Amino acid sequence: MKGQGRGLQAYALLYLLFLYAPIILLPLFAFNSGTIIAFPLQGFTTDWFSQMWANATLRTALTNSLIIAVSAAILATCLGIFAARASTRFEFPGKGGMMGFILLPMVLPEIIVAMSLLVVLLGAGVQLSILTVIVGHVLICMPYAIAILTTAFSSLDKSLEEAAYDLGETRWSAFRLVTLPLVMPGIISSLLISFTISLDEFIIAFFLAGNQPTLPTYIFSQLRFPKQIPMIMALGTVLVALSIVLLALGEYFRRRGNARMGGNPTGGFL
Amino acid sequence: MAKGGLDAQARQGYTLIAPPFLYALLILAAPLLTILAYSFLTDGYLEVVRDFTWANYAQVWTDPIVRTVMLRSLTVSALVTLVTVLLAFPVAYYVSFMVRPEKKATWLFLITIPFWTSYLIRVFLWKVILGYNGVINSSLTGLGIIDEPLTFILYNVNSIVITLAHAYAPFAILPIFVALEKIDRSLLEAGRDLGESRAMTFWRVTLPLAMPGVLAAVLIVFIPTIGDYVTPELIGGGKIPMIANLIQVQMLALDNRPLGSALAVTAMAIVALVSIVFLLINRRFLKVRS
Repeated sequence: MKGQGRGLQAYALLYLLFLYAPIILLPLFAFNSGTIIAFPLQGFTTDWFSQMWANATLRTALTNSLIIAVSAAILATCLGIFAARASTRFEFPGKGGMMGFILLPMVLPEIIVAMSLLVVLLGAGVQLSILTVIVGHVLICMPYAIAILTTAFSSLDKSLEEAAYDLGETRWSAFRLVTLPLVMPGIISSLLISFTISLDEFIIAFFLAGNQPTLPTYIFSQLRFPKQIPMIMALGTVLVALSIVLLALGEYFRRRGNARMGGNPTGGFL
Repeated sequence: MAKGGLDAQARQGYTLIAPPFLYALLILAAPLLTILAYSFLTDGYLEVVRDFTWANYAQVWTDPIVRTVMLRSLTVSALVTLVTVLLAFPVAYYVSFMVRPEKKATWLFLITIPFWTSYLIRVFLWKVILGYNGVINSSLTGLGIIDEPLTFILYNVNSIVITLAHAYAPFAILPIFVALEKIDRSLLEAGRDLGESRAMTFWRVTLPLAMPGVLAAVLIVFIPTIGDYVTPELIGGGKIPMIANLIQVQMLALDNRPLGSALAVTAMAIVALVSIVFLLINRRFLKVRS
């Protein structure tokens, strides 16, 4: 019996190694002075990072991506709050169907979302820009935001709000003074996750950005040129480090939120 | 009075759900209906002619290239789903049954981190790992285990499957984990007390109860992988296109939007059909949930 557990543990660790293999290789190549991405490694260098820092197109792409990700995160979370509150607090006919439809982009292939939106935008004569990317990203971030926020809202004790009403607060002031602070960890976690999703999203940005570069579309365009790849590895290292920090923050707020409301600490982002 | 209260509650609910629902209606439903409409129209020079036709669907269903690509997409997705779920199940089982409760969140966190790091760079690195001079081949030749680089992992369907199995790992682990967590542990003890072996208890108690999670994992992996665009483009070098690449070519490069729309609608219909058939076959297991 003990042996079986150990076998499974070994397998789980091997599986983690499989999951982390690309991420472990990334910094190795980013600091490698050889220009070809292959073993054996040559020597240590930080040239790729300075090359990345000096790249003007990359900076434009980063600025665009940040604008898109911040806007998409805020909009998706705001819309998510509405949906999460509606689904956890109220009963009405057709609720399941409406929620299912809002959550649909989670399972719909992104290429379908991107293509159909593109056809409509081109048909309506809309100029493609980072604005159109934001529109698409809000759609695909919303389901994740709702998933996180629903958990936050559903562990909320309804009687706290009722107490506020009894003490003479209006519906809005009760929401602002009682509900909002309690679900704040969920909101921050939703903002962080939406930001991370949008920052890394490629398909929608690729088709809806027109000729404006975002970080992923810039990376995609550079992967064709072997000369540029060490720099992309450096960029990837920075991005991975950044996402880990953001995710750790998101996880921290999620757990704090759970602890505040006495929930159990298990469960991931999805 | 009670009925009035219910109506007020329903009205409030509708008011609240309206903004996200209208957004999804406008940004998702309207475009989907548009491509459905386009798929029945005729492609003219520079614009879409408003003539109703079945020709696009006829072409989609008879064109040998479309058939090859569609079959390849289905095969790859089915393989990815099989590999991902089979590899993921023991991990979910380990985290749910063997890991101490306070450490479970950390394990799940560790499993989800790679999923949130740049998709493009991850896919590219699999090309580096599996390639001709890649990590696996160069280390194996360096150690003298093989003379020639292994060819079965080079820029082909296998490498696409490995890459996608990596990309969708958390999607498979999390639903299975959630289903396993819900299993009442005393049922397993009961099975053992009644004289079943450990393997039989797993086969007759644990697995059927975990089935809803496995089914969710299968669908969550299968549906998006069919529409994956990046992996065939980067790993296959554009030489082994899947359906998403074909849709993109028709829509943009060849500017044939009606045919591209018909392809997209057909792909969605096939995915929906496969999912429904799959759910019907497994209806027995889904009853466990209720």
